[in-house]
Amino acid sequence: MILVWMISILLIGGVACWLVAQRDPLACKWTALVAVVAAFLLPVVWYLRHTPVVDGNAWLIDYQVNWIPAFGIGFHLAMDGLSFVMILLTGLLGILAVLCSWREIREKTGFYFFNLLWTLAGIGGVFVAMDLFLFYFFWEVMLVPMYFLIAIWGDFNRRNAAYKFFIFTQTGGLLMLLSILALYFIHGQQNNGNYTFDYFALLNTTLGNNATARWIMLGFLIAFVIKLPMVPLHSWLPDAHSEAPTAGSLILAGLLLKTGAYGIIRFVLPLFPDASAGIAGWAMLLGVVGIIYGALLAYAQTDLKRLVAYTSVSHMGFVLLGVFSFNQMALQGVVMQLLTHGVSTGALFALAGMLKERLHTRDINQMGGLWTAMPHMGALAMVFVMASLGLPMLGNFIAEFLILLGAFEVNPVLSVIASLGLVLSALYSLRIMQKVFFGQIQTITDPPADVSAREWIIMASLTIAIVFLGLFPQPVFNLVSGVVEQVVRL
Amino acid sequence: MTYLQFLAILPFIILAAAAIVVILLIAFKQSHTVIQVTGFIMMCGVVFAMWYVRDTLPRQVPPLLVVDGLAALFTGLIIFSVLVVGLLSYIYFEEREENPKEYYILLFLATLGSAVLTISRHFISLFIGLELLSVSLYALIAYLRNRNNAVEAGVKYLVLAALSSAFLLFGMALIYMETGSMEFSAIARAIDASGMSILFVMGIGLILVAIGFKLALVPFHLWAADVYQGAPAPVTAFIATVSKIGVFAVLIRFADAIHLQQNVLAVTIITIMAIACMLVGNILALMQQNVKRLLAYSSIAHFGYLLVAFLSGNAGVGAAVFYLVAYSITLLSAFGIITLLSTARRDADDLSGYRGLFWRSPLMAAIFTVALLSLAGIPLTAGFPAKFFILTTGVQQHRWLLVMVLVLTSVIGLFYYLRVISTLFASPPLTPVKERTLHPFFYVATYASLVVLMCLLGWLGVYPGFVVENVRAFLSF
Repeated sequence: MILVWMISILLIGGVACWLVAQRDPLACKWTALVAVVAAFLLPVVWYLRHTPVVDGNAWLIDYQVNWIPAFGIGFHLAMDGLSFVMILLTGLLGILAVLCSWREIREKTGFYFFNLLWTLAGIGGVFVAMDLFLFYFFWEVMLVPMYFLIAIWGDFNRRNAAYKFFIFTQTGGLLMLLSILALYFIHGQQNNGNYTFDYFALLNTTLGNNATARWIMLGFLIAFVIKLPMVPLHSWLPDAHSEAPTAGSLILAGLLLKTGAYGIIRFVLPLFPDASAGIAGWAMLLGVVGIIYGALLAYAQTDLKRLVAYTSVSHMGFVLLGVFSFNQMALQGVVMQLLTHGVSTGALFALAGMLKERLHTRDINQMGGLWTAMPHMGALAMVFVMASLGLPMLGNFIAEFLILLGAFEVNPVLSVIASLGLVLSALYSLRIMQKVFFGQIQTITDPPADVSAREWIIMASLTIAIVFLGLFPQPVFNLVSGVVEQVVRL
Repeated sequence: MTYLQFLAILPFIILAAAAIVVILLIAFKQSHTVIQVTGFIMMCGVVFAMWYVRDTLPRQVPPLLVVDGLAALFTGLIIFSVLVVGLLSYIYFEEREENPKEYYILLFLATLGSAVLTISRHFISLFIGLELLSVSLYALIAYLRNRNNAVEAGVKYLVLAALSSAFLLFGMALIYMETGSMEFSAIARAIDASGMSILFVMGIGLILVAIGFKLALVPFHLWAADVYQGAPAPVTAFIATVSKIGVFAVLIRFADAIHLQQNVLAVTIITIMAIACMLVGNILALMQQNVKRLLAYSSIAHFGYLLVAFLSGNAGVGAAVFYLVAYSITLLSAFGIITLLSTARRDADDLSGYRGLFWRSPLMAAIFTVALLSLAGIPLTAGFPAKFFILTTGVQQHRWLLVMVLVLTSVIGLFYYLRVISTLFASPPLTPVKERTLHPFFYVATYASLVVLMCLLGWLGVYPGFVVENVRAFLSF
């Protein structure tokens, strides 16, 4: 029931924001903040009160009612360790997204927060839906409000970016829908006409590694790797990330990309173990291509947000590499990478947003020497740039290290090439610091203000999160060990 | 005719009476409001009669008619659509100089034609229904005769509809020659006994041409865009919903009787038509700047989707009915917005007129957005379960080619729906607000009903179970 509450608070809160904003925009912001905090405190409080022991295949919460019984569609929400850590990430970034928008969004505030909260509701739903129809439903629910966020409050080129984002994701989504249907019928025929979309029932479908299984698996996989994104299908990402408002980029990079990875771990591997083992080599190769390609392109960007967007392509390549290693260590690393990348890239986008608010540009050639004016922001940026290049003590190091270690056992050549990505990441990361905060001081008439109290809250919580993940990763490993073992066993 | 048979066709008798009542009213009191209210009450009477007789169904009324669950469903949908169209017509015509009285006679006659189609089991009743529908439509389309586009559209429809009627008659004649009967079931028995001859197949082909024309299936779609654009907005809504529902109903019944879906040739031809519809409709809509033309092409595409369900035979009927329900509600709310925005001089069909509508009139834009999202098949709106059920039947029947085309063209479709939506949300131009002179009651009523339609779309999108169960119950009659 907790999960239902979490999603409904966000949905209702979104509508409330819209209604309140007509009277008082400030009240609307507070409504949004309260709704997001309340929605995500629920699972946390529940967890602290019950402190369940997570081992093996333990499902923490399971809630199921009928929805459209005629088609075997249920409203089935469930949460295990993996879902729980993703929900935690959603909560953290959701709250920060609301805070980020506090001053940036000046017009149409109500509708903005409506969309923001509905996107978060969709993302939350994706992480806990255990009925494939319901999963697809949430998958789309997060899409439409995100489209509006980009299309209305984005930058100059927002309409094209929003189209591209929507059409890419929708194509993948529809292919996934077809695969879901195919799986539904195959399962129904194997089980004497017991047609159902329930995840746990569909897990028992015997598919093997024939052509049918491969096609169905590809339908799912394409939807997820478009979101991830994998290299030939990534072209929506730089546009969407750079044109979206700060909170939009934060959610896109921090959460939407993670839904793709989550989908692969939750659905593709358990449902089609043989078929996905069959394409693992190709997937790892494309992952490595993504690592190198993303890093090289990131180095070539002059637009700060675009640069960060390409680093996402590079980091998500690690995820693909790790997932298809089918190796406990690599999978632990992947989950870690999801969290740390969400935090560190989210922070970089937030920083880019703060810089843009002050300087009204994203072009790093027009920045420079900002450390003198904003030492605090410079220091904060340093932390996350270091995280991004994989400095030990910060979370990303652990994640990427584990992935490479795990992948090395399976495919040493690709892992060696992938580790080159770490070198390249040092290049582009240091370039951010050098161009923006050091170097020639640009002639700016009035020096920009340093970090404000609200921005301190945002950055401080992200810093704490990334350092914590870097020093004490064990709680996360404990939480997800059940899922990881289950996937590896397949 | 027995009492029960009389009861079964009572709704249709009331529908026919509605047209006569309006004629008499015009003789006595020429008030738009009175006609409107009377029409509304008569339509409610039809619904009520339908409700009253539902337990006596199904009932054959030989030789021409059969009133069964399928007929009840489609007639109910038709009456529902006409109620909305009637409401929209009031506002639309009250703003103009033209005398709208005869309009309602034609509207009700066309509705009767469409309703007769849903209950016909014989070529004669099919033809009568179709002609009743078409002839009324000629006049309805060109009703605002001092507009250039209207007359052009009317003439275009007249010529092509007459041509298609000729095809239909010729096809019927061929089938009659081969089987010696014009009753669907008797035809089915005859071909079971002696198989299909070449002339029979030709007859079916000619009938398909005529029906394809009425449903605006590719390659018989050439009239659609011009007629949608030229006709008054409520009439366009009528063509897009009522007339197509009726024709689709008779197509389902005829195909079911003669087992059309088991004939390889017919299936191949219809498959090609469906693919062509999806491709042509969606691609031609891409660059449209005119909202009515855009909806015309989009409805071509939607009937392509419907054909996918149709090809699945009996298994697809439930999906097709649900799709038509969702589609009608969606289109009616879209055309409702177009009607509300239309001025006395021209219809609001230019896309640039919608720029920034959201910031001027959030409610209207919200309704329009929901309608467009529903057409695009996005979850939380009725379009999504509708498309989902069609995909389900397609996958079940292993029609992978059709299903893949459906998915890919839906993506193309997204592009133009999003284009309209982003226009609605773009920053608005400075335009003076339209003046209102009508009695506010009708605005409130129209707004209220549009909001109800929007809520229906949301409800169907989130909880389609109720409608699905009821459709199944009706179809099992």
